[in-house]
Parts: sequence; C-alpha cells; structure tokens
Amino acid sequence: MIVKNSKTLLSVEGLRASINGTEILKGIDLTVKSGEIHAIMGLNGSGKSTLAKVLAGHSAYEITGGTVRFEDKDLLELAPEDRARAGLFLAFQYPIEIPGVANTQFLRLAYNTIQAQRGKDELDPLEFDDFVREKMKLLDMNPDFLDRSVNEGFSGGEKKRNEILQMALLEPKLSILDEMDSGLDIDALKTVANGVNQIANKDNATILVTHYQRLLDYVVPDFVHIIQSGSIVMTGGKELALELETRGYDWVTANKQSIAGAVA
Amino acid sequence: MSAVLQSLVNQPYKHGFVTEIESDIAPKGLNEDTIRLISAKKNEPEWLLSFRLKAYQKWLTMTEPEWQNVHYPKIDFQAISYYSAPKPKKKLASMDEVDPELLRTFEKLGVPMHERAALAGVAVDVIFDSVSVATTYKQKLAEVGIIFCSISEAVHTHPELIQKYLGTVVPVGDNYFAALNSAVFTDGSFCFIPKGVKCPMDLSTYFRINTEGSGQFERTLIIAEEDAAVSYLEGCTAPRFDTNQLHAAVVELVALDNADIKYSTVQNWYAGDENGIGGIYNFVTKRGLAKGKNSRISWTQVETGSAITWKYPSCILRGDNSVGEFYSVAVTNNYQQADTGTKMIHLGKNTRSTIVSKGISAGHSNSSYRGLVRIAPTAESARNYSQCDSMLIGDQCGAHTFPYIQVHNNSAIVEHEASTSKIGEDQLFYFSQRGIDAEEAVSMIINGFCKDVFQQLPMEFAVEATKLLSFKLEGSVG
Repeated sequence: MIVKNSKTLLSVEGLRASINGTEILKGIDLTVKSGEIHAIMGLNGSGKSTLAKVLAGHSAYEITGGTVRFEDKDLLELAPEDRARAGLFLAFQYPIEIPGVANTQFLRLAYNTIQAQRGKDELDPLEFDDFVREKMKLLDMNPDFLDRSVNEGFSGGEKKRNEILQMALLEPKLSILDEMDSGLDIDALKTVANGVNQIANKDNATILVTHYQRLLDYVVPDFVHIIQSGSIVMTGGKELALELETRGYDWVTANKQSIAGAVA
Repeated sequence: MSAVLQSLVNQPYKHGFVTEIESDIAPKGLNEDTIRLISAKKNEPEWLLSFRLKAYQKWLTMTEPEWQNVHYPKIDFQAISYYSAPKPKKKLASMDEVDPELLRTFEKLGVPMHERAALAGVAVDVIFDSVSVATTYKQKLAEVGIIFCSISEAVHTHPELIQKYLGTVVPVGDNYFAALNSAVFTDGSFCFIPKGVKCPMDLSTYFRINTEGSGQFERTLIIAEEDAAVSYLEGCTAPRFDTNQLHAAVVELVALDNADIKYSTVQNWYAGDENGIGGIYNFVTKRGLAKGKNSRISWTQVETGSAITWKYPSCILRGDNSVGEFYSVAVTNNYQQADTGTKMIHLGKNTRSTIVSKGISAGHSNSSYRGLVRIAPTAESARNYSQCDSMLIGDQCGAHTFPYIQVHNNSAIVEHEASTSKIGEDQLFYFSQRGIDAEEAVSMIINGFCKDVFQQLPMEFAVEATKLLSFKLEGSVG
C-alpha cells in the first residue's frame, strides 16, 4: 500500500556490480518506502536476482559504483549478518540444505540473534516451540517441519514456505523475495502469497523479484519495475505487469524509450 | 571470507603447559636391557617379561609401515625414553592424597576429578604419564565384582586373567607399533566385568602425556564375561611441546556370550602449531573380539588432536549373531594428518556391522578413511552397512576414502555409501542472511554433519565433543 508520510527504507542510486569481472548491474536506481510492495520483473540473466543478492551482501559480487542507503545506514558498508540484523531479509530462490541440523534449532538461532539485536528477550526451546507453531499456521505448514533437517529433502514448495516462515519470525523491515513463485503449484502459490500479504503492513516493505506476472495476482504490487541488461528500463503500477503479460518482454525492448518517457 | 575462518581456527592450544612433577626417567634407547629395566621397575613376574622379550624379538624383524597416507620424518626409536613415572610415594587411598600439583593440572584442563567423580558418577582411573596415581570408585565397583584398576596392578592382583587374555586379540607381532607396545608398555587400564553384571556407571580414563620426549605406550584390556555390559570412556589432552611425541597404545576388548562393550574416545592430543611444528604421533592399535554369540562391540571416537593419527579400531565378529559398530568423527586442521577407519571381520553366522565415519578437513590438513569389511566363508547371512562422509573447509585440504571390501560368502549383504561436501560460500551466506555469524554457522553445520556419531556418545562426552569441535575449527571458515 502507498501510505502518506511514509519514510524511505531503501534508496539505491546508480548501483553497479560485477562478478568475475563481468558487469551485471549497470546503474540501478530504486526507492522503496515503508508500506510499499514493489515487483522487479525481468528475463533470466537480466540482473534481477543479482540485485537481490547484492543488496543482501553476497560476497561473490563486487560493487563498482553507486550508493545504497537503508534507513539511515550505508548498506554497502555492512557485513551480510549486520544487514540482516538491521532488518533486511532475503528469501532465497534456492534455499540451502543443512543436513543434520533440525529446522527448529536453526530457526530459533536466527530468531534469537535478531531479537538480541533489537534488545528483546530471547526464547528458550519450549517458548520458541509455541511461538513458531503459531506462525506455521499462517503458512499451513505441518509441525513435522520443525524436526526435519533444514531444507533437506524438502519439496520446492516446502522450501519456499520455510523461507516465508523465517520472514514471519524475523519480522524484517524490508523483505526481498527472490523468485518466490518458481516451482510452486497454484495451491502452494496461494498459501505463500497469503503469508506474504499477512506479514506486509504499513511499517515494512516488500520487493518481489519475479519472471512472471502470476505471483502478482495474489500479492498485488504498488510498483512494477522492469529490469533489462542490468538497469531498470520501465516503472509503472500493477497494470504494467499485466501489459507485460500480454505483450511479452520483446515489447519492452521495442518501447522502453517511449514508455519510460510516458511514465516519467 | 577465508580470513575470518583462519582467525577462528588458529586459537592457541588451551592445554599447553607442563606440570613440574619429579619424574623417574629411564635412559634413552631401546634394547633388551631397557625392557628388563621396565619389567624390574614394575616388579613383574617372569611370564610377562618373556611376553615383552618375545614382542621385542618380533619387532626387530619388522619394518615400520609405509602404506598409510601420512608423512613424517623417520622416528629414531633409540632417541626415546621408554619409561617415565612420577616418583612412587606411598599408595593413595583417596583423592586428598594426590599431589596437589597434579590436581591443579586437571583443574586447568577443566577436569576437576573429585567433582567429576562425585557429580557425574564416573570412576576415573587417572593415568599421569605412565603410572596410575589414584583409582576412584574402585570399592563401589568391587562390590558387584567389577575389577577396574591399572594394568600393572592387575598383573599382581589378577595374574590369571592377564595371562589368559593379554595379547589374544592383538598378538605381540600383529603390527610394528603393536609389537613395540607389547615390548615396552608401561601402564594402562584393566577392566573386568564378571558374568551377568551390567556395570552401573561409565568407566573413564583421562590420559595425559607429561614428560617431554617420553614415549607413551599404554596398554588397555577390557573383558566382559557372559551377559555382562560396560561403557568405557577414554579422553586425552596433552601439553604443548615442540618435539614430536610418539604414542603407540594397544587396546584389546573381549566380549563373551551376550556381552556388550561400548568404548568411547575423545582424543585431543597436542596437534602441533599452525605451521605443523610439534604435535603427537598417535599410532594406536585398537581391536575388539566379539567372541561369544550375540555379543556386541561398539567403538565411538572423536579424533581432533595429534599431528598424525593412525588408528583403526576394529571388530572381529567371531560369535554367531555378534554385532560390531564403528562411529567416528575425525577432524584435521592446519597441517594435521589422519589415516583412520576400521576393520570389520565377519566370521560368525548372522554377524552384523555398521560403520559411520565423518571426516572434516580444514587448513592444509589431510584426512583419510581406510576401512576393511571382510566376510569370511563361514559368515552366513552377514550384513554390513558403511557410510563415509567427508567435509572440506577451505581449498587447501584433502579428504580421501579407501574402502576395502572382501566378500567370501554369497549370502552377505554389504552396502557402502560415501559423500563429500564442502562448507561453501553459499551455505555461509544463507546463515549470515539470517543474522548468524560465520563462527556459529560453522559450528552448527559441523555439529549437524556429525550428529549420527555424537548421539552415540554418553551425554557428558557428547557435550564435550561438540565444544571441542567448535573450538578446533574456530576461524577455519569465513
């Protein structure tokens, strides 16, 4: 939702980043205010997932230009764990498997780390168990999840639910969801989308990184940005995603100048 | 990233200090006179001296093994002192009489013995260098007929048992280091659980090498008679030295019908510094004989120390329906080398064995799993399951697996699974994106990796092992 007097959470200006000497992001500008939901759409290789990882601080990428402010902080100066503790969350496209580590143990460690950072009470295993079970209802998750090893043997849909569960637990200020819809059937997509909608409020913000419009039927964005070859070439409202759906990405390539001009 | 790992791994060894206790040290060198001296110092009967001399003669005809995947300068066996004992004072009846200096050593190690004994209900047979100083809970154990004492004491008090079993599982000429041990062993533990007795508490020995340059040749013998059961814990720490120290122990286990022996080790000998200087050479022969039907021998080991580890705790499954188990975690860092694994020799019908080996390598270290599963023609319907997993931290270390499988009976079922994984950037990134720092992430990943082994350890050992691993790998990932 677009809220009056909302404050700016994320401010990206001219961000450039490369991996192994190849420039992927070529000057990204993006402003996200509290209460807003943004969708970043693009083809494979357009740089949309790179943008997500760069904002979260993945060490494989080298920042070659631009600035990123997160609230009052210089985000690029912070280590990945400090970005997380400051309230930035990335739901992974491919969540990592950690054999032998019970999900509940991992979730509690993450939760308590963030709680400690916020000066709030940490939960012991029993308290946490009650707390996490309540959150799991939101995502229609089986309590068996808690005892299984983190993401090990999870189906695609289970992994994505587990990511959104972490988002629900950690209550980030800014969530970046990288390809949440990939590998989900329609029922799982609705459940995950429902979870995202319930977590969204006027004080936090969400960035959906996606290839398809499908997800946006269930999580309705306030802004849609189209990224191509490492820069945002079009920005519009939710109708831009629908337009893209009918006309395809080729249309963007052909019209980015005029449309960009029209939006501006 | 690797800089963080490095700083975590490279914490100085906590237990590096030398206790000043007067030692009675034999002159360096090995010949028949040395062996006669050791035997005389210990007032040994003639049969034991001839056992030693026979082993020495065998040893002279043998050559040091070179097949293992470890490298070290040639050992000068004439430069080692083969006997070192704290000056014998009067016999100690209680812990109060133990040298306070010695007690302080245990305090520094975080093993306040009297507390450990009282709180944990563990009887600790303390080995300090080579002579047993005090044995606690002995009386309580004696009430149920359990003998738990130093092996040199048992030689005098229960010679018939020692004569009957010593060298029956690991013969004097079994291998180079076992022969050496049989010739010059100074002390160790003896444990005898009589028929029908389930040992009411875990039995525990804390080893500690103290005098610089002294070889350590421990000898342990554990016997569980029919329907008996025992859980034995062995833990090691060692002070910091620059010269390498040889540790060549022999452990023999014998389980009769329906008997159950569980042997757990947490090994933390000094591993050398971050440049690979110093550290213990741990060349150990451990073997259990599941002699009776339905008997069970279970080895669990957590190997974190030593410059070089060379050991294969093994099971000979002779009794029908007998069971052998081997659960191992071997951690190497810096320039440590480990070549460890097991042998499961199936002789009896319906014998079963399980091998779970977890190797973790960091720094410039090298870790090898070497295991033999042998199904003899007599072992009808034998089964084995082996699982060997390796984890690499960083890109300078190595992990190797050498499984040997020999099946001579068509009814056998033998399974072998192996995997290699790497703590990678992506795994650490996932943790850090949830606010968890690299140190905690590594600790959690490692403990998850080792879970199948840790859950085999007695409770307090499991806690210790978890801490030890985190400590050992601190800074190796980042």
